[in-house]
Amino acid sequence: MATTPTAEPKTNRIGLTVIDYKGGKTTLCAGCGHNAISERIIDAMYEMGVKPEHVAKFSGIGCSSKSPAYFMSRSHSFNAVHGRMPSVATGALLANHNLIALGVSGDGDTASIGIGQFIHLMRRNLPLIYIIEDNGVYGLTKGQFSATADLGSKLKTGVINDLPPIDTCALAIQLGASFVGRSFSGDKRQLLAMLKAAIAHRGTVMLDVISPCVTFNDHEGSTKSYKYMKDHDEPLQEISFIPSFEDIDVDYDAGTTVDLTMHDGSHLRLRKLDANYDPTDKLLAIKTLSTAHHEGETLTGVFYIDPNKPTFMDLLHVTDEPLATLPAEATRPPKAVLDEVMESLR
Amino acid sequence: MASTDLIAQEVSRHDDSRRFVNDFSLQVATVNGSGSQSANTILLRSIFQMGIPVSGKNLFPSNIAGLPTWYTIRANKHGYIGRKKEIDFLIAMNQETAREDVLSLSPGGAVLYDEPMNLASLRPDLTFYPVPFDKIVATVCPEAKLRKLVKNMIYVGVMAHLLGLDMVQLEKALRKQFARKQKAADLNWGAAKAGFDYAASTLTKKDPCRVERMDKTAGKIIVDGNTAAALGCMFAGVTVVTWYPITPSSSLVETLIDYMKRYRIRPDGKATFAIVQAEDELAAIGMVFGAGWAGARSMTATAGPGISLMAEFAGLGYYAEIPAVIWNIQRVGPSTGMPTRTAQGDVLFTAFLSHGDTQHIMLFPASVEECFTMAQDAFNLAEWFQTPVFVMSDLDLGMNNWMSDPFLYPTQPIERGKVLSKEDLDRLGGFARYKDVDGDGIGYRTLPGTEHPAAAYFVRGSGHNEKAQYTERPDDYENNMLRLAHKFDTARTRVPKSVETGSGHERVGIIAYGTSHWAIIESRDQLRDEHGLETDYLRIRAYPFPREVQDFIENHERVYVVEQNRDGQLFDLLRLDLPVEQVAKLRSIAHCNGLPLDARSVTDELMNLEGN
Repeated sequence: MATTPTAEPKTNRIGLTVIDYKGGKTTLCAGCGHNAISERIIDAMYEMGVKPEHVAKFSGIGCSSKSPAYFMSRSHSFNAVHGRMPSVATGALLANHNLIALGVSGDGDTASIGIGQFIHLMRRNLPLIYIIEDNGVYGLTKGQFSATADLGSKLKTGVINDLPPIDTCALAIQLGASFVGRSFSGDKRQLLAMLKAAIAHRGTVMLDVISPCVTFNDHEGSTKSYKYMKDHDEPLQEISFIPSFEDIDVDYDAGTTVDLTMHDGSHLRLRKLDANYDPTDKLLAIKTLSTAHHEGETLTGVFYIDPNKPTFMDLLHVTDEPLATLPAEATRPPKAVLDEVMESLR
Repeated sequence: MASTDLIAQEVSRHDDSRRFVNDFSLQVATVNGSGSQSANTILLRSIFQMGIPVSGKNLFPSNIAGLPTWYTIRANKHGYIGRKKEIDFLIAMNQETAREDVLSLSPGGAVLYDEPMNLASLRPDLTFYPVPFDKIVATVCPEAKLRKLVKNMIYVGVMAHLLGLDMVQLEKALRKQFARKQKAADLNWGAAKAGFDYAASTLTKKDPCRVERMDKTAGKIIVDGNTAAALGCMFAGVTVVTWYPITPSSSLVETLIDYMKRYRIRPDGKATFAIVQAEDELAAIGMVFGAGWAGARSMTATAGPGISLMAEFAGLGYYAEIPAVIWNIQRVGPSTGMPTRTAQGDVLFTAFLSHGDTQHIMLFPASVEECFTMAQDAFNLAEWFQTPVFVMSDLDLGMNNWMSDPFLYPTQPIERGKVLSKEDLDRLGGFARYKDVDGDGIGYRTLPGTEHPAAAYFVRGSGHNEKAQYTERPDDYENNMLRLAHKFDTARTRVPKSVETGSGHERVGIIAYGTSHWAIIESRDQLRDEHGLETDYLRIRAYPFPREVQDFIENHERVYVVEQNRDGQLFDLLRLDLPVEQVAKLRSIAHCNGLPLDARSVTDELMNLEGN
């Protein structure tokens, strides 16, 4: 045994091992799509070499919103009230715009109780990665429909959904999010590439990730089951991501591949499976989503991206140093100011 | 005194001739949107500049244009600046309310009115001064569309003559009001002079309301509570403000925006603050807590309906222990209530805002000066105790003009509370977020972004142990809740102390808070002068109640708790807090009609309860 050479644990570009990105043990059901998403978040953060202490995690209420406890324990995390994570994340970023903000929500937390805050978050293009772990049902309250459940989708109890779904991607694109995509918890490669691109992006990234609920919505008749996704997942592109710190491979076919330079110098390469798709065209994105929906296909991929849109923080023109840690000298004006104001009130 | 006693009547009439010198209440009845606010402010300032203590109260509708509005100016040589129940002089500019306004005047009062309204026959005991406003305004304001606005300045001129106002002071006040509008200033000054000349040549002074120069306002300022609060927040070092417009709190944030743009932007154009108008109060308070958690001095300002919406988050803030300052500029409830009228009606609800066992620190500013100082107290307490702090102002304080000594530059430092830095963590190795290390119930926190592997913790509204880990263990839950109760108890020693006045040896005590204060100081004089009843007075300035509250009640036979709501809300809070033998000493005087509390109502009710 003494002769067996111990391999150095593999480290990323900032010298951390993947263990440094782990969280607590999951309490979600075995096979839950959310666990796979947590794993991909760990991989993406590790591979991108993000310092865990620079990340702030946010969530609302529901199965999805528990998951930040299951990855990256070295990052601060805020588990807010139901449907109100966007406001908490907004406030935290106002206080410290250097934080890399990652929000995890669910379809109920986002599209029902949280739709108001979701809408205004998208409008502001806050620098935040917003992930919807979308399974079409309320898991923690035992399987009621959510507002992303497809028309005609069936509950375990046999109840048929008779209301149309909210397409959170179309909504986000229309409202102003600058990076919008959909993925599937079962598609490791696609989801990882999208998450890495999300980390490189500046602005709101809205990722709707279909994440089957093995307990309440994985049966025949569900449109959010593993089987349904296997049959109906229609990737729009093949996605590859080349981070800014890696050598760029110059070879790509400009006729079939869109190469997007991200804000930090990374490259997002989308090899078009549909020859005409342009991910910088808002109207086309919304039309494409509607068409796919009409045809009963679950389109995945990067639907829309604007790498240079000003974020909410840009509009506020705050100091480079976080407001949270400005010293008293910077936040309490001198006595002369009070004297001047008092004089004007005499 | 028998009314048939002729000599007594003579004496009283003689007294009357001086009684209304620098002591009267005048009311301007108009419609909102008619631009009378400038005229009323100039009238108020002219009296103020003559050295006479004065206060102005705007009684306005929840409407933009066309509904009745009353503005009351009280001049008082003794310095009473609370509302006076009786109106002595009416300026009737609104046909719709004129009749009722005239009928409600105190006997012997006077009415200045727009001539076509023909009010003189309504009451034989009043003095009537008809003024042909339209005729006069036509001579001084050639532009017809401006006449509606300029018309108001004519009553200012007429009043200057009738009250004996110094025209030099009036012009000074007028030019201050229109400081950046030379043309408007000249036009309005012309109108004021025309009003004065008309009165001088046509009207015969018959009523007793007059002003005479005094020296009681030298060095003082006039300001509304929302402006004072805004200034207090700026000097408290607020960095994040998130809000949703609601009357009567909107002007607090709007004024703050003005000041911050002027004084908190660095030469390089970068702001040392972020102010965000949120989509609703749910988001406003969520942003406040997000920012407070991340280390900013964050605040919002709202009123009753907003407080209701913030209830869920308030519980999270309490339980997850996040600093926040929430200004509640109280208005009349329940529900939408009367949005432009004043009350102290959210006290009980705010004290326990949210489900479960929740308690909140509340501060009760009574003056514009306290709006300024308590802003600083609120931020320091919020960060020290890591909890939301509610500053319970009201519409009367927030939106009305109050005379005050100038505010003093803060002497208390900006206290950020128990925050561990990277260096602290290097030394300690780690920390437990909700552990009571110092015995005061307050744990240590870290800010997101702190560069240490042990800095992070998971903040949640669900059950948690000392290490901020999820728990459903009965002992963990109970220990944490008991620590929170202990922390709240610690706050009793740190919140602003109560203010006691009086000899301390009287049998009867009075407890009040917030704007009720102004009626109490006047009522205590009435009780002494008219009824021979001396009282002691304790003004409570914070919840949880500091210990001196119990001492005060202990030392008195009976204690009247005076406030502006229907149910006696602070009275109820006291009953929950006090030992049972003290509860028996309390009596409630609650006033709820949407008008600021007046001394006469307190005096009458108190004497009634005293059995007289």
